[in-house]
Amino acid sequence: MKIVWLQSGGCGGCTQSLLCHEPRPLFDEFRDAGIEFVWHPALSLDSGVDALALLDDCAEGRREFDALCVEGAMLRGPNGTGRFHLMAGSGRPLTEWVQRLASRAKWVFAIGSCTAYGGFSANTPGNPLEACGLQYDEQTPGGLLGARFRSGGGLPVVNIAGCPTHPGWVVDTLEKACLGDLQAEDLDEFGRPLLYAGGLVHHGCARNEYYEFKASAEKHSDLGCLMENLGCKGTQAHADCNLRPWNGNGSCLRGGFACIACTEPGFESPGHAFQETPKLAGIPIGLPTDMPKAWFVALAALSKSATPKRVRDNATVDQPVVLPAIRKKGGGK
Amino acid sequence: MTRIVVGPFNRVEGDLEVSLDLDDGRVGAAYVNSPLFRGFEQVLVGRPALDALAIVPRICGICSVAQSHAAALALADAMGLAPTPNGLLSRHLVTATENLADHLAHFYLFFMPDFTRPAYAGRPWHAGAVTRFTAMTGEAAAEVLAARTGFLRLMGLLAGRWPHSLALQPGGSTKAVSAAERVRLLSHLREFRSFLERRLFGDALQAVAGLASRDALLAWAGERDSDFAAFIRMALDLGLDRIGRADDAFLSYGAYGLFPAGSWQAGAGAELAPAAIAEDSRYAWLADGRPRHPAQGETIIAADKADAYTWCKAPRYGGQPFEVGALARQIVAGHPLLRDLVARDGGSVLARVVARLLELALVVPAMEAWVQALQPGEPYCMSGPVPDEASGVGLAEAARGSLGHWLSIRRGRIERYQIIAPTTWNFSPRDDGGMPGPLETALVGLPAGEAAPPTIQHVVRSFDPCMVCTVH
Repeated sequence: MKIVWLQSGGCGGCTQSLLCHEPRPLFDEFRDAGIEFVWHPALSLDSGVDALALLDDCAEGRREFDALCVEGAMLRGPNGTGRFHLMAGSGRPLTEWVQRLASRAKWVFAIGSCTAYGGFSANTPGNPLEACGLQYDEQTPGGLLGARFRSGGGLPVVNIAGCPTHPGWVVDTLEKACLGDLQAEDLDEFGRPLLYAGGLVHHGCARNEYYEFKASAEKHSDLGCLMENLGCKGTQAHADCNLRPWNGNGSCLRGGFACIACTEPGFESPGHAFQETPKLAGIPIGLPTDMPKAWFVALAALSKSATPKRVRDNATVDQPVVLPAIRKKGGGK
Repeated sequence: MTRIVVGPFNRVEGDLEVSLDLDDGRVGAAYVNSPLFRGFEQVLVGRPALDALAIVPRICGICSVAQSHAAALALADAMGLAPTPNGLLSRHLVTATENLADHLAHFYLFFMPDFTRPAYAGRPWHAGAVTRFTAMTGEAAAEVLAARTGFLRLMGLLAGRWPHSLALQPGGSTKAVSAAERVRLLSHLREFRSFLERRLFGDALQAVAGLASRDALLAWAGERDSDFAAFIRMALDLGLDRIGRADDAFLSYGAYGLFPAGSWQAGAGAELAPAAIAEDSRYAWLADGRPRHPAQGETIIAADKADAYTWCKAPRYGGQPFEVGALARQIVAGHPLLRDLVARDGGSVLARVVARLLELALVVPAMEAWVQALQPGEPYCMSGPVPDEASGVGLAEAARGSLGHWLSIRRGRIERYQIIAPTTWNFSPRDDGGMPGPLETALVGLPAGEAAPPTIQHVVRSFDPCMVCTVH
């Protein structure tokens, strides 16, 4: 798979994240899987006129490539001109380069939530940048390429959403495509690959015992569940962050801070403070996905009343103060 | 005189274009254009104050926790909050991890591949450079990715993930390190030290940190088998020790309690005076007026402004352009090797690269000591209320240099948020008085155009620019 990679209204963090791929270094992994960069703005040697000639050859069909990966929101402003990002040296809007290259690509991958749905650039009040995703304006199909766009391989834009994306999400998706095995039914209704968005961040969360008993953290660095007070959306966010750890063995929850649902369109403007859980009559408004409210309320009341002392005491401190009891053979109570 | 436009400059973070007025094949004047606008200062206005911690890391995927750090400092200033001792150590560790990972990636992935260009095919070192430093496929590329990935496991343990963590808070860190995790942090640091000593330096970190003059550096490099030594030899052969000089005026906000804040100019240092900072928008596609201190700064789009040429403002310190970055940090801190290099040939391409690698040798041992000093069981984070009305300043050092956040809060929400990023300093356009920014000065007199060697490529990348921060 030959990849042309472009960057626009984003932070470059998805590339930085991708370079953290483990266990194998990214370049080794890609080489052996038959994946190569025709051009990547952060990694390739070619600059200036050489880079522009190469991209122009790809856009005009004179040079073959398979996949277009775009990182960053599409900036259509001001007034539809695309001048908020003219690609250096070319004098042309980056949006135009994306449209030209997308029409030649077998696959188009939106790398990160900005590219997929518009990102923070689209969340400036009034959106003066006229920012959008490749095929979405937040939750609404459309975006730069339009709802009907299909790449040469017959797929819509594949939205590897996340802020940033996990290196494994990108590598697994590209490799699945390389195997000829990436189909429309492998994507969810926001175009995200199910191979990582088919579950919830909550799955595998190391704080699950605290969640079960509604033993909640009250302040930063507490060990308890972050859902009730500190804004955690792990029970609603589609991703596998706690099954597929970050940077060795990390995740947002393991780092002690809330999941802000960065794989979801529109996560940038939640309508409440990111690190606080909005509540109505003491009950969090954003309930776990698939959980009827009455059940949640009943279950929460029951589990709170049944919380073991260990779980309750440890929830509001930053190192466990009560350890699990040890049962001895024969003599245990 | 002819004008050429050079871009895209890849192997920098973000998009960059430079216009050059050529006189007989040499640069007469340079104009640096940051061709992308982001709008984060507008995104922040009206948000709950602590939302800045979730938003500002997304300014930059390569200086992500540096942005977090500056926001946490600005909020702490507004809230009157100080971090716990563990929280402070954790903050040093997290910011140092990002800065050093950036230095390493810059050297191997962004800077060194330029020595493999066909234009240098006649040089005796070229074949070796191609083997080792070819972009993506050279033998060093996979080695350095493995070393960087292993080192960034510190972030998994200390900050949940990288980039874009919410761990750094005004009162410390959300992540309390357990006794077992402390052992693993030391293990990851040991692995990283081993890579640096074996491949990058070919010597102990202490020996590199102790190099005290240009002569000592050259004698040390000699025929040594290491990537740093190979760089020194190639750089001298191409004269990179004598080009790339800007104004030799350096600024640092100070880092890790290890390197002090201050300025340094014309051979003399001075204490940092944050009131002397101002931003000028004369040549940016932004509404202008008089230069403003960032606490009163504005960012208002004026996309049709005549004779503007960039989305970047022009920051000035006491009315002068200043260079920031590892070289500036170490000049202000008084490292004898870099003071000597600058005294002889000014802030050159060589000096900037040496400063970054020297910081690897200086800071890894400090990180080992910080991990040792963590006290499991003691608190990591203080909390406090956000005042309804307040203002705050956060001055931090990212890998690329001085990063400042200035915020004001009204009714608990962000009323104003202004950011001056490192590359805003280094890749500043001209100001109202017509004074060029550091890169614009550094490029004057260099060969450029079709037949020219890739000299300007080295000079531009020697600053390790981060354009996405620049145009926040």
